[in-house]
Amino acid sequence: MSFVNLNDNNLQKRLSREFRFKVYCIMAMTFALGFVLFLFTSIFSTGYSAFYKTMIPIEISLSSVVSDSNSFALMTNEEINDLSIYSLSKKNIYNLFPNITDRKEKKEILKIFSYEFEDEIKNFLKDNKENINDINIIYLTASDDIDQLHKGNFPRDIPEKRRRLSDLQLSFYDELILENKIETEFNFPFFTRGDSREPELAGIGGALAGSFFTIIVVLILSLPFGLLAAIYLQEFAPQNKFTDFIEININNLAAVPSIVFGLLGLGILLNTFGMPRSTALVGGVTLSLMTLPTIIIATRAALRAVPPSIREAALAVGATRMQAVMHHVVPVAMPGSLTGAIIGIAQALGETAPLLLIGMVAFVVDVPSTPVDPSASLPVQIYLWAESAERGFVEKTSATIMMLLGLLIILNLTAVIIRRKFETKW
Amino acid sequence: MNETKIITNNVNVYYGEKQALHNVSMNMQANEVTALIGPSGCGKSTFIRCLNRMNDVIDTCKVEGTITIDGYDIYSKETSVEKLRERVGMVFQKPNPFPKSIYENVAYGPKIHGIANNKNELDEIVENSLKQAAIFDEVKDRLHEPGTALSGGQQQRLCIARAISVNPDIILMDEPCSALDPIATARIEELMEELKKDYTIVIVTHSMQQAARVSTKTGFFHMGNLVEVDKTEVIFSNPSNKKTQDYITGRFG
Repeated sequence: MSFVNLNDNNLQKRLSREFRFKVYCIMAMTFALGFVLFLFTSIFSTGYSAFYKTMIPIEISLSSVVSDSNSFALMTNEEINDLSIYSLSKKNIYNLFPNITDRKEKKEILKIFSYEFEDEIKNFLKDNKENINDINIIYLTASDDIDQLHKGNFPRDIPEKRRRLSDLQLSFYDELILENKIETEFNFPFFTRGDSREPELAGIGGALAGSFFTIIVVLILSLPFGLLAAIYLQEFAPQNKFTDFIEININNLAAVPSIVFGLLGLGILLNTFGMPRSTALVGGVTLSLMTLPTIIIATRAALRAVPPSIREAALAVGATRMQAVMHHVVPVAMPGSLTGAIIGIAQALGETAPLLLIGMVAFVVDVPSTPVDPSASLPVQIYLWAESAERGFVEKTSATIMMLLGLLIILNLTAVIIRRKFETKW
Repeated sequence: MNETKIITNNVNVYYGEKQALHNVSMNMQANEVTALIGPSGCGKSTFIRCLNRMNDVIDTCKVEGTITIDGYDIYSKETSVEKLRERVGMVFQKPNPFPKSIYENVAYGPKIHGIANNKNELDEIVENSLKQAAIFDEVKDRLHEPGTALSGGQQQRLCIARAISVNPDIILMDEPCSALDPIATARIEELMEELKKDYTIVIVTHSMQQAARVSTKTGFFHMGNLVEVDKTEVIFSNPSNKKTQDYITGRFG
């Protein structure tokens, strides 16, 4: 029979063409996947160590500060803050290496610790007021250089002059390792602290809070305005030149480069209205302008996809136009519209350029507690740290990217889940 | 002959520049089925949509002439389209239940018009409407399942139940069976026979057999003109117009 004839030249050609096409498709897909995989592994492999910090336990005796160690229990936190224990702390730290006697060399011992060691000791006192002994073991944060050395990111084999750690400090480290006195723990402060000039103390708490407040402002502004504008334009507005003009402008607005919105925020919000510089409030308003067209376009597309027969059905039983829209059309369009909104919010979360112009690029140590406090945001924090020279900031940059990617993935997953769950089944 | 329910007088309809209906004047009697037939694009759907002012939704549509229902001009300034559509229900070509439960589909009209005072009254209205639409027995155990999960014929009867839930006087049907199979069509036709006892029915249909089976009076539309309107027997056996003759014998259309 003719249909079993596999020697048909034309058919062979068609089949091999199909095969080649499939191969190209798979190659393209593999390339894209490989690229993403490469990006993720490179970020993950440099960033994961930022979630750990290096600690050095030291013995601290505080008996000379107060008459008896029980009296800490009676002190308020303020009183503990006012204690002057700096030189005492230093002495205790020097005791770590009792055979170092030279003053200059003693100073080198201090440099293997974070410069905030006094605060760390005071925090320990505040947290353990009730059970302070004559001698206490306190874990102090190691300096960035020791931290990086311990994580294996610090090359030891280059000449001393070109190293940030001296030979002496390296010998301290080796001695501590031998005595088992270097430990790593989960870097909890990384998530709660603000920015710092010292990598071992810097955290993304400030950036997280800044991003959070910014997104809240974006949500409050762009979601209601976007939904209402889209519903009006799609369902109620008459079809005329004026509405066409508005539609074209909204589409154009969505294509405007984000830095232009930053200039707008700088010119109008900061200079004309005098709103506070570097704050999440201004950042949020600026980003809302960017998110608004995305939400309007997505919502209009979702509304347009609702079959007109539903509107007619509602109108035919005597519903007003608003009832037809609000009771029947909007609920069907909601999943699509919310998906668009979430994608808009995700864009806003990752946006950097406009925030640079309105001053959210400032170095902010305090974690903002309101939208009108100066703050950074996650992408700006990445930008700031990526510029810093210290090796400690390199891993922190990657860790921040991981956090941002994680948040974006969560947002996009939410969009998918909303769409799956609330989509109208016909 | 029953009393006259709907009177249209010199109705002209324009979509922008284009005139879709020319001087249509006809009467429709209460408790009768009036069928409108004619080839595609002849204006019969446009005409039926004038009777509950569904054409208002189209920005460019303009209606001239007078249409009265029980003597009231429905295009007068005092008319509220919402009240009009409560009294003039409509069933569409493609079944269009709301993507909600069967119960909510029928309860929606009574709810927005405030017809039911409490849940029990609403339940009763829903049950009666479904019974009148001859679908209650099929769906009574799954009132809270989505109306869109029903078969095409069931969906259309659900839409009829929705139309009668607000207790209208008139039901307009715009090719209600064109998306249905012959068995479902037969059920809808039986249903019309029942419904005309309580309601005035105007039906647009492509099927001349259907018009012959269900209607008392038939109007034949062609190119936006009402060519002829008469008792159904007369239209199908002894039409006075040559065009009607040609159409019903299948010479064009």
